[in-house]
Amino acid sequence: MGILRRLGSVVGAVGLVASPLAPAAQAQQPVTLRVAIIQQVDSLNPFLATYQASTEVGRLMYDYLTAYDAKDQRPVEGVAKSWEKSADNLTWTFTVPDGKKWSDGQPITAKDVGFTYNLMMTDKDAATANGSFVANFESVTVPDDRTVVIKTKVPQASMLALDVPIVPEHVWKGVGKIADYKNDVTPSVSSGPFVLSEYRANEFIKFKANKEYWRGAPKYDELHFIYYKTVDAAVQALDKGELDLVNRMGPAQFDSLKGKSGITLNKAQGRRFNELVLNSGAATKTGEPIGDGHPALKDVKVRQAIAKAIDQDAIIARVNGGYAERGTGPIPPVFPDYHLTPEKVRPFDPAAANTELDQAGYPKGSDGIRVGADGKPLKLRLVGHTSRAYDEQAGEYIKSSLADIGIAVDVQLVADTLLDEQGVAGKFDLIFSGWGTNPDPDFILSLHTCDSRPESPTTSGTTDTFFCDKTYDELYAKQGAELDPAKRSALVKQMQQRFYDEVPAIILGHDNSLEAYRNDTFASFTIQPDPGGVIMAQNGMWGYYGAVPVAAAGAASSGPSGLLIAGIVVVVLLVVGGVLLLARRRGATAGDRE
Amino acid sequence: MTAPPLVRPSPRRGGGSGLLRHVAGKVGGALVSLAAVVVLGFFLFRLIPGDPTVTMTRGRQVDEAQIAELRALHGYDRPIVEQFGKYVGGLLHGDMGTSLFYRRTVAELIGERVGPTLLLVGTSTLIAVTLGLWLGIRGAWRRDSPFDRASTGVALVGWAMPAFWLGMLLSMVTGNLFPSGGMRFSSTPPDFWSQALDVAHHMVLPCLTLIAVVYAQYQLVMRSSLLEEMNADYLTTARAKGLRDDQVRRRHAVPNALLPTVTLVFLHIGLVVTGAITVETVFSWPGLGLLTYEALAGPDLPLLQGTFVVLAGSVIVMNVLADLLYQVLDPRVRAS
Repeated sequence: MGILRRLGSVVGAVGLVASPLAPAAQAQQPVTLRVAIIQQVDSLNPFLATYQASTEVGRLMYDYLTAYDAKDQRPVEGVAKSWEKSADNLTWTFTVPDGKKWSDGQPITAKDVGFTYNLMMTDKDAATANGSFVANFESVTVPDDRTVVIKTKVPQASMLALDVPIVPEHVWKGVGKIADYKNDVTPSVSSGPFVLSEYRANEFIKFKANKEYWRGAPKYDELHFIYYKTVDAAVQALDKGELDLVNRMGPAQFDSLKGKSGITLNKAQGRRFNELVLNSGAATKTGEPIGDGHPALKDVKVRQAIAKAIDQDAIIARVNGGYAERGTGPIPPVFPDYHLTPEKVRPFDPAAANTELDQAGYPKGSDGIRVGADGKPLKLRLVGHTSRAYDEQAGEYIKSSLADIGIAVDVQLVADTLLDEQGVAGKFDLIFSGWGTNPDPDFILSLHTCDSRPESPTTSGTTDTFFCDKTYDELYAKQGAELDPAKRSALVKQMQQRFYDEVPAIILGHDNSLEAYRNDTFASFTIQPDPGGVIMAQNGMWGYYGAVPVAAAGAASSGPSGLLIAGIVVVVLLVVGGVLLLARRRGATAGDRE
Repeated sequence: MTAPPLVRPSPRRGGGSGLLRHVAGKVGGALVSLAAVVVLGFFLFRLIPGDPTVTMTRGRQVDEAQIAELRALHGYDRPIVEQFGKYVGGLLHGDMGTSLFYRRTVAELIGERVGPTLLLVGTSTLIAVTLGLWLGIRGAWRRDSPFDRASTGVALVGWAMPAFWLGMLLSMVTGNLFPSGGMRFSSTPPDFWSQALDVAHHMVLPCLTLIAVVYAQYQLVMRSSLLEEMNADYLTTARAKGLRDDQVRRRHAVPNALLPTVTLVFLHIGLVVTGAITVETVFSWPGLGLLTYEALAGPDLPLLQGTFVVLAGSVIVMNVLADLLYQVLDPRVRAS
């Protein structure tokens, strides 16, 4: 009977603890923004973190030297308030104003900036994530607490887009080996609007509002990022009220939330695009051909005909569920300064494509498939990811579109890693690819320069198109050194026009970012850009920083009621267990007596 | 040995050394299996297409020197035999390597995740075994009764259902009663009772799912092995002694019928850890299954190897335990 008595006391204890706890918890509940996080955070150390989720979290803790305006993404005050460049465009002087403080009360000075950049220039580990930003730096000096002077080897256009979190020198100078430092000490010493308060790997990351933040503290107390392994689960949690904000939704998930009470949807312009790469002649830097691409794709007329035969609007309507914008060049409409609107939009015109292919010397064979001058029929392989529904659906669509112009397509869906391997080795005719883009266009443009091709047939380059075009490369060099925004914008558009005309790839569409939030807990968020922008995955932290809670938001939390139910479940289980045990004991004693 | 051959060793001493030999044999066999797992894990995952260093730097601007450096750092530039030697050497020192993705030691990552998995798998196995055995015994004792037919039917339906599908279904039909994922709410107070209750609350659905899809095997094995015992002579004897039906069952039939079931239970505890992968993914449960899934997506070779060795190792250890437990439960095994 000892066990039973002990059980009884446990049940009693549970009841005692559970019942007074619920209302108490409700009363002190801080106003919290709960956000779903789907992607893994690879590291909280800003020098190592490369995943989008990690850099997004990093922005909450550490300001960059300059920030991107919420409205139009122009460079605005970050750690530095003002800046000027020398006549030769090689020396930049940034001024860090008085009065900004780290969350521990220490002043933010130019020394912190100098420390961060110099660390990245001297310590290889510190250059892991963002080393490319300082690769062209000649020197970074700090003549006084308010001034940072950066000298570059050649003019650098991205000096107001240095996505490098500035860390507090007084904390980080004590860090031994950067590569081994997790930076999960709480509370963190932040210059951004939030302070890390608890980190449970794969469960949640919790932040508290930084009361010292120089723009003013956020309008609520805590920000929680909660892990969900699938977007489906996150959408369900939003619907149930366990979450306040979700992004990365697919069209079907987004549509499933339409018309639900308490939920506001945000269809925003995105920064990601899907493209169909045409193997226009994969080769190494030295021009040595690699892979086994179809020779006919080296002919620009064939590539143009393929582009004309694919109805991009139909793909967007059917595969993207309408949630995408038509692609032209790689830079999406969300960056209007650089987005290309071609003078002559290529029409969807299979008939014209047929005529052009006839004229270019690709007559149809007896089976309806065109044959090149070398006698090789135009049978192309299209490689896509098994993991992506987009590739499967768009692949079938492209197959039937190209059949109309006498080109046969064999859609091959493979594992991501295999696709990477085939792409890098040039072993494809057509392949699905895609990139996320930044406000500064340099990186995305650099992908299609001759220098991005691999060193040798066995190594990999950063390019996915293997495009190598003299005109394009000359324009690329010019835009990199052009510091006049209007002139640079014109050059960038010219490059994309060249890309559009030469068709090393067809930009199929720029995905919309699909987000949703609970309007019964949070009234509004700052979007970027405004209008049409995103709440999460911004170039900045405005979405989280500018969130405005509904006045009585705290009471709606499901935590306490959940606790109550859990309490009841446990108590019921214990009672049932106890009764069963008791029944057994009775049976046993009866048996013994017989 | 100088003892005269005619003198037989005493049964106890003979049994003792036999037992030792038996245990040593089993443990030795397990070690061989474990070695095979280590070898297999190492070479198997290297067949996955894709260069881990390329995967690590996907979408980032890296030059050849950086790639080469990464390769050198992780030893991927060395001959595969040398890599293997280094890996085994590390393992012997308890070093499972460093995750490419997290840049943390594999042992640390596994240590972090093993708790939630043990909690989930342990609780659900305990309930599934109890439920399965109870239903199996009842069903066999009243064979072909409506209870027997209904419970067998229900069990088989559960057994046939894919875990991920059942999980999503349960989550949908229970509405707001249970959380849709995770192990605790981020806003739960840090004191022990609040945390424990919150975890219990979060565990209900993943637990139910795991139980529903596995308990059938315990029930069916228990049922059939009890049925085999039902016609045995010793039960007739027991009844002739005047024991109640209930006692005949509990004291005589069930203990004998339990033997095959115990083996099965232990074999499956190891497998259940693996089976938790889908359930952990559906409910975002921060356990080993989820870690394996993440490691596969990379592929994060050191992490994948580590989880593989741990998961396979748990099956092997449970096998040995089952063998040893058999010794205790079944006098016949002890004697032979």
